[in-house]
Amino acid sequence: MNMENITPDPSMQVMGALSVLSALLEQETGQQISPMRTGRIEAALKPLMRDRRIASLDDLATVIVTGADRELETLAVEAMLNQETSFFRDAAVMDQAIDVLLTLMADAGERRLRVWCAGCSTGQEPYSLAILLSERLANSDKPFPDIIATDVSACALNRARQGRYSSFEIQRGMPVRRMVSWFDTEGESWVARPELRKRIRYLHCNLVADMPPAGPFDLILCRNVLFYFALPIRRRIFEMIAGNMRPEALLLLGAGETVIGQTQRLQPSPRFRGFYSLMANA
Amino acid sequence: MKSCLVVDDSKVIRKVARHILETMNFEVREAGDGREALDSCLASPPDVVLLDWNMPVMSGMDFLRALGDSGVTQRPKVVFCTTENGMAHIRAAIEAGADEYVMKPFDRETLESKLQIVGIA
Repeated sequence: MNMENITPDPSMQVMGALSVLSALLEQETGQQISPMRTGRIEAALKPLMRDRRIASLDDLATVIVTGADRELETLAVEAMLNQETSFFRDAAVMDQAIDVLLTLMADAGERRLRVWCAGCSTGQEPYSLAILLSERLANSDKPFPDIIATDVSACALNRARQGRYSSFEIQRGMPVRRMVSWFDTEGESWVARPELRKRIRYLHCNLVADMPPAGPFDLILCRNVLFYFALPIRRRIFEMIAGNMRPEALLLLGAGETVIGQTQRLQPSPRFRGFYSLMANA
Repeated sequence: MKSCLVVDDSKVIRKVARHILETMNFEVREAGDGREALDSCLASPPDVVLLDWNMPVMSGMDFLRALGDSGVTQRPKVVFCTTENGMAHIRAAIEAGADEYVMKPFDRETLESKLQIVGIA
């Protein structure tokens, strides 16, 4: 048999390329690509491949395997991260988080509470939180909580800091009255007003590899983030989160996410339904 | 089943909105201008009106004002859906009594989230 005449099956080439790219993402961020998302990876990488004039996933994977272009690796990882988010996502849960925060504030007296939005993507969650808190605390003399928002993606964080959104992004989940109250238009963009932007401090944090922002925190939101990680890594992240919670602090996960069976440090909060608290004596 | 009146002089937009709304289990009616929409609302008010701004015969804003003056017993929620995306237009719509505002182009998620905000979806 003349091996030179055998053309590799293109679908096998793509699968090989996806393995390389999945391994790169996991190595850099700890995140895994679920089988359901593999089909989206090529679409996510297309703009990068077009910019770099790379013809196929296979060619992209080949460049990455050689390790010759670190910038390309970084950009590929950024492109593969799922940055799906929206303002006031799961609005009822966000309202509940504010109720919980106000209760904790009442308990805390004059102490300024600290909130950590872990995996904040392009900022919609922390801005939503800051808007809701600002509205609820408009006539309060309580200190406004510190909101620290982190993400593994430098690109997403840059966008979050700018607070600049397309009309498509701003209106997803955002009530129109809040939109005109808290954002200004600049050309085609909607930009968070300075008084809103100043409420949030954005920091880069890879939950797997980096030191977390300085704790302890009173409330940690880590919604729709942990299901991208394998169980052993999730366990480590739960340990890290638990280590950065005040004794009475709470953790909020995404719908369908839980601590049960994944850590000995956290339990469903006996006080606030849907939240998690530190296990006694853990 | 909730009902939505889609008011737009573009057949294409009406078709797109109808498709999205029907997948959300809405009963959908259509009107090509504000006058037709007003007649439809007076005959049988829908739960929500998805309303274009610029239309022949009667504009979206004129429809909104006329609806307010009509004394219709069950006023539907009104969601503007328009390419008029500037702050001045949006503020004017709110002042005139619009409940929500969708900036075109829009997709299913946007429309669904706006209908949830007004308590219809």
